[in-house]
Amino acid sequence: MRIYCVALLLLWSQQAICTEVAERTLSNGLKVVVKEDHRAPVIVQQIWYKAGSMDERTGKTGVAHALEHLMFKGTHLVPAGEFSRRIAAAGGRENAFTSNDYTAYFQQLHKSKLPLAMKLESDRMHNLNLSAKEFAKEIKVVMEERRMRTDDEPHALLQEKMMAAIYQEHPYQHPVIGWMSDLEQMNVHDAQAWYQQWYAPNNATLVIAGDVHAKQVFALAERYYGGIPRQVQPVRRQFTEPAQVGIKRMVVKAPAELPLLVMSYHAPNILDPKLDWQPYALEMLAGVLGGNESAWLNKHLVREQQIASSVGVGYDSTSRGPGLFTLEATPTAGKTVAEMETALRAEIAQLVKDGISEEELKRVKAQVMAGEVYKLDSVFYQAMQIGQMESIGLGYKAIPVMLEKLQGVTAEQVRQVAQTYLQDDNLTVAVLDPQPLSGKPKHKIEGAAHVH
Amino acid sequence: MFINKLLAVAALCFAVGNAFATPHIQHWQSASGARVLFVEDHDIPMLDVAVSVPAGSSYDQVAKSGVAGMTHALLDQGADGLSEDDISRGMADIGAQLGGSFDQDRASVSLRTLSHATERDEALRIMAQVLQHPVFPDAILAREKTRLLSALKEAETKPEAIADKAFQKAVFGNHPYALPVSGDVPGVEQITTAELKAFYLAHYNASQSVVAIMGDVTHAQAEAIAQQLTAQLPAGSGVAALPAVAMKIPYSELRIFHPASQSHILIGVPGMSRNDPDYFPLYVGNYILGGGGFVSRLMNEVREKRGLAYSVYSYFMPLKQPGAFQIGLQTKKEQADGALALVRKTVAEFVAKGPTEKELTAAKQNIVGGFPLRIDSNRKILDYLSIIGFYDMPLTYLDDFTSRVEKVTVAQIRSAYARHIHPEKMATVIVGAPETDSGSAK
Repeated sequence: MRIYCVALLLLWSQQAICTEVAERTLSNGLKVVVKEDHRAPVIVQQIWYKAGSMDERTGKTGVAHALEHLMFKGTHLVPAGEFSRRIAAAGGRENAFTSNDYTAYFQQLHKSKLPLAMKLESDRMHNLNLSAKEFAKEIKVVMEERRMRTDDEPHALLQEKMMAAIYQEHPYQHPVIGWMSDLEQMNVHDAQAWYQQWYAPNNATLVIAGDVHAKQVFALAERYYGGIPRQVQPVRRQFTEPAQVGIKRMVVKAPAELPLLVMSYHAPNILDPKLDWQPYALEMLAGVLGGNESAWLNKHLVREQQIASSVGVGYDSTSRGPGLFTLEATPTAGKTVAEMETALRAEIAQLVKDGISEEELKRVKAQVMAGEVYKLDSVFYQAMQIGQMESIGLGYKAIPVMLEKLQGVTAEQVRQVAQTYLQDDNLTVAVLDPQPLSGKPKHKIEGAAHVH
Repeated sequence: MFINKLLAVAALCFAVGNAFATPHIQHWQSASGARVLFVEDHDIPMLDVAVSVPAGSSYDQVAKSGVAGMTHALLDQGADGLSEDDISRGMADIGAQLGGSFDQDRASVSLRTLSHATERDEALRIMAQVLQHPVFPDAILAREKTRLLSALKEAETKPEAIADKAFQKAVFGNHPYALPVSGDVPGVEQITTAELKAFYLAHYNASQSVVAIMGDVTHAQAEAIAQQLTAQLPAGSGVAALPAVAMKIPYSELRIFHPASQSHILIGVPGMSRNDPDYFPLYVGNYILGGGGFVSRLMNEVREKRGLAYSVYSYFMPLKQPGAFQIGLQTKKEQADGALALVRKTVAEFVAKGPTEKELTAAKQNIVGGFPLRIDSNRKILDYLSIIGFYDMPLTYLDDFTSRVEKVTVAQIRSAYARHIHPEKMATVIVGAPETDSGSAK
């Protein structure tokens, strides 16, 4: 049992929050991590596979996600649809998700149902029964998902096209859901090959959280997962995105009313949680610029200058592939995206020149540390964080280290990373150019929405 | 390996506790007149509080759609002695989160803070000002109107938003539940600060308010908090009752052009209120029809068997008056008419024949077995406290929940659906309708 405590250095109070996490690796290589939480008689099981869309190759994009759908389509022991029916009959909720970096499956249930969940999840780790018939139906569902989430969603469409422009070589250039033409040409053998390559105990992390005792979880895990054979894992291809050597600009036209400006800079992420400092300073930079309503961009651009109707800042220090620091803004009615870009650049210039105040930094740290307490209210989220950290290679033991490092960031470090990384040579600028809904005659219908 | 000894150990360790403890709800009326629901829990050093008032969008006037939403949105944009920046900066400084929710019936302001006195007291001080002494500055209203108008115009380009607006109109006609929750462009353009202040005085009254408190404080502290947050709310004279929803609507089908690749389809009728005697038969029945994730009839017919859609669902939105019963899906244009026919057939069959005994058993297993997941966090319990208080539901609602579900019969579901849902008289809205129809209404 590993216990770690995080001292919460808030402005006025100081509290220590302790977290117990236990782990064991089965002889077949499956790592089992248990987070006990006895507040309610419920559990969550999550199984995380270290295979995401970044492991796909050109022409086969979307296969990680398609396989995630097919994992509900039956095994040699459990017929199609039966997995969901048994979990439902046990009072459970379940789903799955695929990202660039990993694929994960989860069930939330009463604590008495953990053996059932393990039995079903371990079965589909090695017994999946892929058929051409089920594949043909499910790939249509995936295409509908793509139409709904990306093709008909202007902001998502812009993001997809922008990622393809930002990365020349790294597979982050491909969308998780896959390009439509790849989905059209994918077949059940592609899914089968993906399953055989990546779905193995030694390429997975099992996270169990909730009202359990670690020792009993390990015994159950041994019983249900222990017999699944280890598989030889291929050596993973390491990608190094070539350095960007000048600003990139692009425009995406889509049916919309409002334009959108997105500015993404290449930025480092955490490789060594103890030694790195820049990713932590970038996290603080994101907080100072956009972490609350009084943060720089909202205060200056939305509230005071009223150039933007909304602003956002994105940075994720934890991922398998390279990182991005992103600013986005919707200009207010009557302002152009060019004016918007000028205003964002002025904010960056001011920050690089004058730096940030101690108060601003302290505020962001207070939010981070209070968030650690609030996190305790969600067992699911705590399990998520453990699974994610394991899957990207940093490990959950880095979580308290990262919190300590965040607390140690200085105002000068924040200024320095802004100066170093928010540079034009690192930058891709994308603009959503809103188009009218139709060149066709308008159909004004009594009682209906105004369509134009 | 499957060893019997291990099986026995596992069975011992995971013995099912039948009597799952529901939270102990303490309830009283504050001196201010507010009703208070409190659950004391010291597991995590934090506190959640929510104050709800009947000040949702259904209290808007047709010509002034948006006043209720803007009143709620401007509460934390300036209060007596506090600028908008003082409020957001003050909360951020102590890691507190000020939030809120807003729907047809209810406006609420919520707070999550660390429970240590220094953070808690400061967060409550700001929240008390926001709730009881908002100032509605002219300059901020002007700015927020511009932002909201942009957002509303943007929404008018999005198929799901276009469909929702037309659907509410088709289902609720002239009832205020048809009004868009955030307002409409002509209404928002006219909003004045005088209207916001008048709406606030009329609707944010202590006697109408419900205070939900969950977390790391004592009963005495909770009493003081409830008073602190409501004693200075306007006196008010009580809110006029909403008109009744016309439950019977004619068949309608509205087809609206949109260049999206998918058709967005919504089908529905006025459904049920929070306190409808048919609440449990309708709720359990809907799990079987379209509420039960991957195992519902709609999901099975539309997605699992035919791959026609990623998402297909049905739900009841229980409000003070009957809210909508709504079925929704998205599917590529070329197959939209076929999918629509399939959904209609599935609903008609369900209403005519009801579920099978086997389906009902499976539904009960899921809803009863999954009950602990409904109350497994402070956040979820807080939401139940607000709902139970706001809709005058019995304090034993959570204690009785599973037995109410267990008692539902196939016959009750069939008769409840026969009373509420007439498949031949439902409203349908299709945005991004198939081109063959040339976008005309019919």
